[in-house]
Amino acid sequence: MSAPLDLPKWADTILVPAISVVAAFLVAGLVVLGIGENPFSATRYLIQGSLGTGEGLGFTLFYMTDFIFVGLAVAVAYHAGLFNIGGEGQATLAGLGIALVLNNLTFLPGFLLIPLGILGAAAFGAAWAAVPGYLQAKRGSHIVITTIMFNWLASVLIVYLLVNVLREPQSMNPETHAFPEQSYIPFMHEVFAVFGIEIPASQLNLTLVLALAASYFVWLLIYRSRLGYAIRVVGSNPAAAVYAGISPARITIIAMVLSGALAGGLAVNELMGYQHRLLLEFTSGYGFVGIAVALMGRAHPVGIILASLLFGILYQGGAELAFEQPAITRDMVVVIGGIIILFAGALDGLFRRAVAHVLTRQKLARA
Amino acid sequence: MSPAIELIAINKSFGTVHANKDVNLRVERGTIHGIVGENGAGKSTLMSILYGFYEADSGEVHVNGKTISIRSPNDAIHAGIGMVHQHFMLVEPLSVVDNVMLGAEGGAMLRAGEAKARAELARLARDYGLEIDVDATVGDLSVGLQQRVEILKALYRGADILILDEPTAVLTPAEADALFGLLRSLKEQGKTVILITHKLREIMAITDRVSVMRRGEMVATVETANTSPPELAELMVGRRVLLRVEKAEKAPGAPLLEIDTMSVVDSRGVVRVANASFTVHAGEIVGIAGVAGNGQSELLEAIAGMRHPALGSIRLEGRAIPLSERNPHRMRQLGLLHVPEDRLRMGLVPAFPAFESAILGFSDEPHLGRGPILDHDRLIADLAKKMEQYDVRPPAPRLKSSKFSGGNQQKIVLAREIERNPKVLLVGQPTRGVDIGAIEFIHRRLISLRDAGVAILLVSVELDEIMNLSDRILTMCGGRITGERKASETNEQDLGLLMAGVTDEAA
Repeated sequence: MSAPLDLPKWADTILVPAISVVAAFLVAGLVVLGIGENPFSATRYLIQGSLGTGEGLGFTLFYMTDFIFVGLAVAVAYHAGLFNIGGEGQATLAGLGIALVLNNLTFLPGFLLIPLGILGAAAFGAAWAAVPGYLQAKRGSHIVITTIMFNWLASVLIVYLLVNVLREPQSMNPETHAFPEQSYIPFMHEVFAVFGIEIPASQLNLTLVLALAASYFVWLLIYRSRLGYAIRVVGSNPAAAVYAGISPARITIIAMVLSGALAGGLAVNELMGYQHRLLLEFTSGYGFVGIAVALMGRAHPVGIILASLLFGILYQGGAELAFEQPAITRDMVVVIGGIIILFAGALDGLFRRAVAHVLTRQKLARA
Repeated sequence: MSPAIELIAINKSFGTVHANKDVNLRVERGTIHGIVGENGAGKSTLMSILYGFYEADSGEVHVNGKTISIRSPNDAIHAGIGMVHQHFMLVEPLSVVDNVMLGAEGGAMLRAGEAKARAELARLARDYGLEIDVDATVGDLSVGLQQRVEILKALYRGADILILDEPTAVLTPAEADALFGLLRSLKEQGKTVILITHKLREIMAITDRVSVMRRGEMVATVETANTSPPELAELMVGRRVLLRVEKAEKAPGAPLLEIDTMSVVDSRGVVRVANASFTVHAGEIVGIAGVAGNGQSELLEAIAGMRHPALGSIRLEGRAIPLSERNPHRMRQLGLLHVPEDRLRMGLVPAFPAFESAILGFSDEPHLGRGPILDHDRLIADLAKKMEQYDVRPPAPRLKSSKFSGGNQQKIVLAREIERNPKVLLVGQPTRGVDIGAIEFIHRRLISLRDAGVAILLVSVELDEIMNLSDRILTMCGGRITGERKASETNEQDLGLLMAGVTDEAA
């Protein structure tokens, strides 16, 4: 038994996550110190590499775009009380959807092809998520188990398709033919160039705008719409949903479909925005990062954008850091990311309790 | 002689809530001491401190004259304090003796401990009249006997001081009488009993002394012989309250809700309701009396369309409702509204702001928004108005639903349903966990709805409430309707027999 913890909103949404991040960086600093490196210069490289140059910033925002989509995907399911671990697989299938649409409709102009590609991504991601959703709703198969299994299925399926079906006959690489050029989502530096503004070239493309629009859409859906209301009722009080005449089974499937469609955004950014072909393992495990992003962002779009930025900094800055201080390998950077996830997610309660105590003391002292 | 328990200046806060303020309590050895107070008055917190669930922020605990620190239930048991919770902490598939031994097995192997437990149980049965089949599976026992197992558990661990939290909530009147007999014999043997209850009748019947808590403070401790229910109620609430709402005789109108041979089978295949048939007329309150768990809840949910399969027919305003329309959504549209029994689990969403809980079940109503988007400003304004009418405190529509007291939560739920002009209103446990002041308000509101011609079906485990509000009373036992009485022509003993399953034919 523990006492109920009620924090003011500002403390819950800003103070506690901030403390978590600071604590994570302190512990990560100790780890860096432990392997005999200077944590201060490491921090400098991290920040400098991710935010200090225009190019670095571009890459940071590119990663952020990925994380926003998968974070939103996890969040929507989370509001319905579902833990969607399958972002990775859903994004993989979304990539397949993109490739099928773009490489089969090469005759279409860009302004039609790009939206169709995005729709293809959403549809395939949604379909791949709908199956575990259906199994949860109608058969009671636990969504965590089924989505994990579907990640494996997706990964094996895509290997099979790329090796045996979709690969260009004359190529040895397990990847598709390049997408038609008119389907490329413009790079941000190209867009700015149109307006005569020169910014450093990077992978960053207009999908970021789509990610921000999706964030607004998810906010509107979850917190303002009737459907989002039903999703949240099911997620926080299934018995109340039954009382209210809301079908938990129906909402479970709908939430998973939306979740899968959002996860498809990762494929849009990576493939239509950057790689311009379907290849193996383009998801790079970002689907799992989405879980940490959503946890840290309190499943709220604004929090998810901020958490995505943090993880973007970590990924881009970490790459720079590994380059500048070779003793700190990419694996070390993953460790640091893991520590942040640990503090933001698992150890969240630790700081919540401490913060609640301090705030109560203050209140009593004032009273 | 030093008192069994003395609490001095106990303070406990949760976040910003000061649940116990400088509470003093003295319980004499060998007495039955009642503690009463409204919900949220701090009774449970105080007892949780005594039993080691919470630690006090400040204050002293003396047991039998010695200052001790109780940091866990183990410390409490060590000090000779036992607790019988409202919700039993039993392992149903295990036998009585296994349950009693649980946590006190006395070693890695069970045999020696079991022999000791059997001998001890035999002694307890002899000394206190606590007869029980020690090899019976706990899940098969009646609720009254399960409670006895809880008491045995406490005594087996050497409890001299027994805390009982709302012990009669799940008992029939006869079982409650048996419990009181047992408590008296414990007292005669020198044990000390602390009884937490909100039923003033029980306080008057069994306690020697009673302490009253209000808003975290101990406001009075009086000899039971020198007080009265109205005085206690006034102490609890801080103002005069009417314990009985007056209502005028009224001839019922047309039949609005007709239930014919309804049966409900739950997911485990257990028959919860068997062949229930009855009618509720316009301008009539029909109460269903019964001990908790005898099918009333399931009956209510089945009528509301929440439970399937539910056999039998429902007629609303004379029209038979086909099975395809028997879902909560459609029933609402047809004018059958429902104040559910368990407001925290069903009636509202504790994590939502109040204005969102205030549209639970109605979120599809077109006027609440534009297209797929809900109009929050409007929802907030709507609720603000209702909060004023229903005197909800604090009148803050944006406050989280869970932050309101039980009574105020119930008012929010009632306002939501009543303000949509029901033809038929199903009401489950309208005043469970609701403070006395709000009970009066809720009762008045239900009576005025009845006077306005609404057909009300009321389910409550509070016999007083049923007798007070109803025009007609049905009793349920084991899923069957065992009797029907006019409220004016019955009494507690009569209903108690029916609730225990003694039907008219058998009597």
